[in-house]
Amino acid sequence: MTQFPLLSALIWLPILSGLLVLMMRHQPNLAKQFALWSSVLVFILSLGLYTGFDNTTAQMQFVEQASWISAFNIQYFLGVDGLSMPLVILTTFTTVLAVWSAFDCIKERVEQYMAAFLIMNGIMVGVFSALDAVLFYVFWEVLLVPMFLVIGQWGGQRRVYATIKFFLYTFLGSVFMLIAFLYMYSQIGSFSLLDFQAMPLGFTAQILIFLAFLIAFAVKIPMFPVHTWLPDAHVEAPTAGSVVLAAIMLKMGGYGFVRLSLPMAPDAANELDWLVISLSIIAIVYISVIAMVQKDMKKLVAYSSIAHMGFVTLGMFLLYGILRNTGEVQGAIMGLEGAMIQMISHGLISAAMFLAIGVMYDRMHTREISAYGGVVNTMPVFAVFVLLFAMANAGLPGTSGFVGEFMVILAAFKSNFWIALAAATTLILGAAYTLWMVKRVIFGDVVNHHVAELSDLNRREFAIMSILAVAVVALGFYPAPVMDIMHASVAHLVEQAMTSKLP
Amino acid sequence: MMDMMLQVLAPELLILIAAMTLLVGDTFWGHRYKALTFQLTLVSIALTALVILASFSTTSVQLFNGAFIRDGVADVLKLSMLFMTFFAFLFARDYLVQRNIERGEYYVLGLLSLLGMMVLASSYDMVTLFMGLEIMSLALYAMIAMQKDSGFAIESAMKYFVLGAMATGLLLYGMTLVYGNVGSLQLATIYQTLATTEESLVLSLGLVFILVGLAFKFGAAPFHNWVPDVYHGSPTGITLFLSSAPKIAAFALMFRLLIEGLEAALMQWQSILIILAILSLVVGNVIAIAQTNLKRMLAYSTISHMGFILLGFLTGNVGGYAAAMFYVVIYALMSLGGFAVIVALSRKGFEADNIADLAGLGKRNPVLALTMLVIVLSMAGIPPFVGFYAKLVVLTEVVEAGLTWLAVFAVVMSVIGAYYYLRVIKVMYFDQPAEENAHNADFANASLRYGLILVATLVLMLGILPDGLLTLFNDVMMY
Repeated sequence: MTQFPLLSALIWLPILSGLLVLMMRHQPNLAKQFALWSSVLVFILSLGLYTGFDNTTAQMQFVEQASWISAFNIQYFLGVDGLSMPLVILTTFTTVLAVWSAFDCIKERVEQYMAAFLIMNGIMVGVFSALDAVLFYVFWEVLLVPMFLVIGQWGGQRRVYATIKFFLYTFLGSVFMLIAFLYMYSQIGSFSLLDFQAMPLGFTAQILIFLAFLIAFAVKIPMFPVHTWLPDAHVEAPTAGSVVLAAIMLKMGGYGFVRLSLPMAPDAANELDWLVISLSIIAIVYISVIAMVQKDMKKLVAYSSIAHMGFVTLGMFLLYGILRNTGEVQGAIMGLEGAMIQMISHGLISAAMFLAIGVMYDRMHTREISAYGGVVNTMPVFAVFVLLFAMANAGLPGTSGFVGEFMVILAAFKSNFWIALAAATTLILGAAYTLWMVKRVIFGDVVNHHVAELSDLNRREFAIMSILAVAVVALGFYPAPVMDIMHASVAHLVEQAMTSKLP
Repeated sequence: MMDMMLQVLAPELLILIAAMTLLVGDTFWGHRYKALTFQLTLVSIALTALVILASFSTTSVQLFNGAFIRDGVADVLKLSMLFMTFFAFLFARDYLVQRNIERGEYYVLGLLSLLGMMVLASSYDMVTLFMGLEIMSLALYAMIAMQKDSGFAIESAMKYFVLGAMATGLLLYGMTLVYGNVGSLQLATIYQTLATTEESLVLSLGLVFILVGLAFKFGAAPFHNWVPDVYHGSPTGITLFLSSAPKIAAFALMFRLLIEGLEAALMQWQSILIILAILSLVVGNVIAIAQTNLKRMLAYSTISHMGFILLGFLTGNVGGYAAAMFYVVIYALMSLGGFAVIVALSRKGFEADNIADLAGLGKRNPVLALTMLVIVLSMAGIPPFVGFYAKLVVLTEVVEAGLTWLAVFAVVMSVIGAYYYLRVIKVMYFDQPAEENAHNADFANASLRYGLILVATLVLMLGILPDGLLTLFNDVMMY
């Protein structure tokens, strides 16, 4: 009996409905409703991954495999494990919110906007579930196109500059990854990611492959010093674009490290972990300081994203230090799990922050912090949500932001005291820049008549905010379900990352 | 024997008969039935394609003591040429009518040039090769010069003629040196002789001349200077033709001469091709950024594509040649589409050949804008469009050949190239149309509309399912 091709459905259903929406040129309301309900349907379908998932194994599940380009042994090969499954669900979840959030603020070419997000949904699921290198690369790369068009068409003042910069940065990063794939293919004659993970590789080749991957993922995550496209892209992107960019597209870089870099070039990762760790520490400390002085709210959150993703990369590359110091596998697993949780949590929190800024922007048409003040007086309900998300962003215990950061810092102590110390500064800096912004925007006296005229959340906005708030708090108090899903896969990954691949 | 000859030669004979009939016939019916020559041309092209399809086989048959060959490679190349020519004529007709250069001779010359290309694809002897090249080139020179009231067209025809003649001369000189060294004009004999003899200085010298001639015909840097001028100066309806099928013929020329004849000298020509490829990639991608004219930009983009095709050649293995063949056919398809978009936007007295003329096309004509989007993204090598797979297979072979550094260089250049393709998209979708040139952008006729939709669909569908075509190309290369 053949299994229902759930992953294919999750990829192609949104893409096809996106194409359908594209045809609703003269019925914007129909396009909105159709887009929303199909994204909800996709989300519900994706829960099938959760219910049908086997926690006890690190094997790929929901596997689909078929020949695609036989001349080069390229396959249509899909599957998820504990590392990618939560990201798939995060993707379908975020898309619902992104589509829904755009109901009122997008007035022009609504159907194209909605279609772009549906299509991106399918492509992103494709990235997280592809197990063939070419298929992975195709999804990875094609994702740039709808995002390029979204930022370029519905973005702010400097949208053209921002979107071209975004495209070229990410394109430049990923072509090196392609060459790395081609090299490995020339060695073993297969493009399967699992075969790549298993093949032996010489030391120099591993170093070069690792660096190629590093360029690709460092741009995507983004890491210092190739992060400069992100603040530009975020500031210019429309709200839903920022949400998808921050919540999911950045995660693709982190996912790349765990799916490709660590298992495929473990010896090189062992050799060069200092590089990634130093860049992560710079991201955490230096970028946090930069975030503090931002005048634009979106830019501030964008920099805070970079700092938080620094935690992700830090957690992923602590394992070699821990093993050198203590030989303890548990600590390594904790670091990686912390990084994965941090990715999910940042997906939720950054989405929430950008949506909150979007709510204010829709009313005031400015993102300057100085234009606001005393918003709590006119929007009390909104203020409660913002405060919650800000606390989560700063890593308050009881929110999802705390769990990942805490685990990573704990793991860092096992590796090196000074790394841990530097990482822990984020608890201060993160709180400083986030709460200072909240203080200036939300609290205080009403600064001008625009703020005085603000109306509180409408029902749609309230619903979106509540869903996110529940998710953030739930993951903060009870992260066990997500951890259980990941555990077997992370343990397997640590084993792979520790096993030398030198021939 | 006679039957077999007829069968093998049928495609060329059909085109030749069509050209001669139309040349004479058009003088009789040209005034009364204006579209008849055009229609008959398309019919004869389609018919020839059907004949090839019906008798398609990957086995090779030789005629005239090995001067002429029909094999899988020749058939695939001919089919591609016929396809490109068919659509080039179809797209160009209205454009030519509006500029008063649509005459029977245009189609006759086009068919003759097509005949030359087909002979090139089938030649297995240096004389046949040269003859095919000349038939093709002379017809092309005349086609460009047909717009005789345009200084640009005359200038570019002259440039094309003078430089083309020089390149042909160099090629011919190279061929004579090879002949002097080997003592035979037949490619098969040359191949066998070279495989067993020591390399000699005379042969190397001949090889250099041949390579220069080939690089001229390909438009590979540093012999590329004619490409932008000719593409820009020719009427767009003719550039459309010029940039598609003749490039496939150039591939045929290079394949027959370099691979089937001189492959044993691989060590000598490989390094020269590496230099040509690198220069083409740099010149094509970097200088294209500075262009404001769309035709010139596409011309520079052609140069960079030629760099990629050379990359496939220089791997020196069958997979690489198949990859180069796939690339050239895909390139011709994309180029056809790109210039057809310019044709679709042009109106009487208005050439839409500046990038700025595309401003706001996303609103003015969404279908045309989407077509152009698909084509330029494909040219930039963004998946899932077929241009990506063309690059992918070439790069795979380059890496397999142990030239990973060259592959890295090529992809970095593609990223630079992506910028100017993105600029086209930017102008179409993010810019507002300027008031003064807000010409009507609707499709002028159904053949342009549906033809362009077909090209864009092909570019997308071949990208999603490239397996069939890639396997076919690999198979005919292996035979």
